[in-house]
Amino acid sequence: MLLKRLCEAMGISGQEAEVRAVIREELGGKVDEMRCDTMGNVIVRKGPEHGPRVMLAAHMDEVGLMISGITKEGCLRFVKAGGTDDRVILSKVVLVGKSRIPGVIGPRPHHLETDKERETPVKSDKLYIDIGCKSREEAESKVKLGDPVIFDTSFAEFGEGYVKGRALDDRIGCAVLVEILKQDWSIPVWGVFTSQEEVGCRGATIAAYSIQPEMGIALEGTVSADVAGVEDEGLVTQPGNGPAIGIMDAGSIPNRHMLAQVVGLAKQHGVPFQFRRTTSGGNDAGPIQRSHAGAATVTLSVPCKNIHSPVAIANLGDFDNCVRLVGLFLKSVEGGFRA
Amino acid sequence: MDSQGFLKAMVEEAGTSGYEGRVSEIVRKAFTELCDTVREDKLGNIIGLKKGAGSPDPPKIMLAGHVDEVGLTITKIDKRGYLRFSGLGVDQRTLPSQEVVVHGARDLPGVICVKPPHLLKPEDREKAYKMEDLGIDVGLPEERVRELVNVGDEVTLARKFYNLQGEFIAGKAFDDRAGVAVIHECLLHLAKMKHQADVYAVATVQEEVGLRGATTATYGIVPDAGIAIDVGFGEQPGSDDPRLIALDKGPGLDIGPNIHPKMLEALRKVASDNNIPYQTVVSPGRSGTDAWPMQVTGAGVPTAIVSIPNRYMHSSVEVCNANDIKRAGRLLALFILTVDRSFVEGLACY
Repeated sequence: MLLKRLCEAMGISGQEAEVRAVIREELGGKVDEMRCDTMGNVIVRKGPEHGPRVMLAAHMDEVGLMISGITKEGCLRFVKAGGTDDRVILSKVVLVGKSRIPGVIGPRPHHLETDKERETPVKSDKLYIDIGCKSREEAESKVKLGDPVIFDTSFAEFGEGYVKGRALDDRIGCAVLVEILKQDWSIPVWGVFTSQEEVGCRGATIAAYSIQPEMGIALEGTVSADVAGVEDEGLVTQPGNGPAIGIMDAGSIPNRHMLAQVVGLAKQHGVPFQFRRTTSGGNDAGPIQRSHAGAATVTLSVPCKNIHSPVAIANLGDFDNCVRLVGLFLKSVEGGFRA
Repeated sequence: MDSQGFLKAMVEEAGTSGYEGRVSEIVRKAFTELCDTVREDKLGNIIGLKKGAGSPDPPKIMLAGHVDEVGLTITKIDKRGYLRFSGLGVDQRTLPSQEVVVHGARDLPGVICVKPPHLLKPEDREKAYKMEDLGIDVGLPEERVRELVNVGDEVTLARKFYNLQGEFIAGKAFDDRAGVAVIHECLLHLAKMKHQADVYAVATVQEEVGLRGATTATYGIVPDAGIAIDVGFGEQPGSDDPRLIALDKGPGLDIGPNIHPKMLEALRKVASDNNIPYQTVVSPGRSGTDAWPMQVTGAGVPTAIVSIPNRYMHSSVEVCNANDIKRAGRLLALFILTVDRSFVEGLACY
C-alpha cells in the first residue's frame, strides 16, 4: 500500500530523501514531467504545458526530532524538529538516523518521583535517547549531530475504515496527490511534493515561484480534536465525516470563489465534506497564494486525530473523498477559472 | 529456547495482574522442558519442580519471579466510543500517544489520543494529562465498541522487544519477566549439573497489586529457602540517587531485613569464587518483592533478593542488559549447587 510506504519513510524537514524516493518510484513513467529543485521539492506535471495552471501541494516532511548532543554516559540529547507537544514524547521507542538505530526515551521511575512531579510534564530538553551505549565515544561512532529521529510506529489498518501511522501529516496528502497525478488531465496540473512545510512552508514558496500557478490547492492531513472529553462543538474536524475544507487559518484565507466552487461541487456530487472549524495552523496554501502576482487557493485536508505525535489516525473514506473532490474541481476548471 | 528468546516471547505478550494466563502459558511450556513436573496453583502461579539428587530429604529451594505487568483497566465507555480507564503503578505522563491493546471480546488495537499542539493554550502544556482525562480510540463506532468492550476489561501497552546496542535490551514488562528469564537461565545451567536441592521454579502472579501470588505459592511449597528475582532501579542520566545500580555490572544482591544474612553471605561467596560481578542494593525495609511475603510464610522462610538493574521501570520502554540476566542465572545455579541439608539447617543458627 502506497500510504504505508509513505508513512514509514523517514523525512523530517530538510531530510525528505526517503519520501522523495517513494514518490519517484510510484510516479515514474506515469507523468509528463518530473524534476527536483534546490530545496528538494519534487515537481511533477500531468497534462499539457499550456492552459490554466493549477498547483497542488502536499508536503513530504514530518515533525520529528534531531540529535543535538551526546552525553559522556553515551546518551543522545535531542531537539524537536517541528511542533510536537512535549507530553507525547515520554516512554516511546525512536529510530535514530538513516540506519534506524533503535533507542528509547524513558521516564524516571515514578516510584522515585514526588506527587507534584507526577503532575508536571517533563520538558523535552530534560529527556534523552538511550540507544544502549556506555560512553560518548561509543555513541559517537554510531550517531552524528543533526541525525534525524523518528518514532518507531508501524502503519496499519485500524478499527473499521481507519489507518494508524506516523507522519500521516502529510503523507496522506502526498498519497492524495499521487492518486490525482496518476489520472489524465486536459489542463496543466502541477503536483508539488514540498519540503520543509513544518518549519514555515519553505519548499512551497520557491516551487510556487517557479510554477506561477493561477490556482493552488494545499492537500493536507489536518488537525482534529475528536478525542475523549472534548464536546461536539470543539472537535474542529471529525475523521469519518469527509475531507475538511479550510475556511481560514493563520497562513491564508481561501479565495471565496474557489471555495464556493469546491463546496458547490461537493454538494452537487454528494461528496461528504466538512469545514475545518479552527483558524489555527497554516499550510502551503499561504506561500502559493502570495507567490508572484498571487493565486487563488483553497485547502483540502484529510482529518487526522493525534496529529504531530508518534501515532495519528485517519479515515480511508475521507481519503477517497478527498481524491474525488480534488478531481471534481480539476475537471470543473478545464475551461478556465475566474477568481 | 534461550532465555532471551523466552524473555522476548513473554514481554511481547499481555498479562496484567490477575490476567496472567497468556504469559503463564509461555512459562509453563518453557519450564516443562527443564523441570520434572510443572503445576499451577489456584491463583495461577506456575510452579516447576526440578528434583535434586539429595536423599532422603533434599532441601527445597524456591526461586520466584513475577509474570504480571502493570496495565490499565476500562472504567467507562464514553461518547463516540472512547474508552476511559484507570491504572495502578503507571505514570500518567507516559500515556499520551501510546499504542495499546484493549483485551475485549477480542484484542483491539487502540491509541491514547490527545489534542493536537495547534489547538493548545500555552498553559495547557504546563499540566500533565491526568489519567482520568485520557481516553482510548479503537477506531470503531460507539455501538461496535459497546459490543466488544466491557467495563473491567484489561488494557496493555503495545510494545515489541528491542535489541539496542551491545547487550542492552528494551521493552515492556521486564519488571519482572526479566526475573522469570533469570530463573529460566538458571534451569538451563542446572540441566547440566548435579545438585542436591529440589528446585522450585515459580512464576508468580499478582505481585504488582500486593505480592499475592508469592504468598500462596510459598505456602504451597514450604521451601527451606527462597530467592526472589526482581528488577532494581538502574542508574540513568539525571538521577544521582545512591540507591541505583548500574547496568551491565552484574546483578544486585539486596541487603536489609528482608534478606537472611547467611543467604546473602553465601550468594556473595559464590559470586566471588566464580568471578561473577555483583552490586549491593540497600533495602532498609519493605522490599516490594516476592521475598517480602515469602519470608513470613508458615514458620518462616530464609530469603534473599537478586535484582536485575532496570532503567525506566514501569514504563513501556524499560531497559536491561542481557549480561546481567545471564550472570544472575549462572549465580543462582552455582549457589544451588552449594546448597545441602546442612546449609539450610544452618540458616536457623544465629
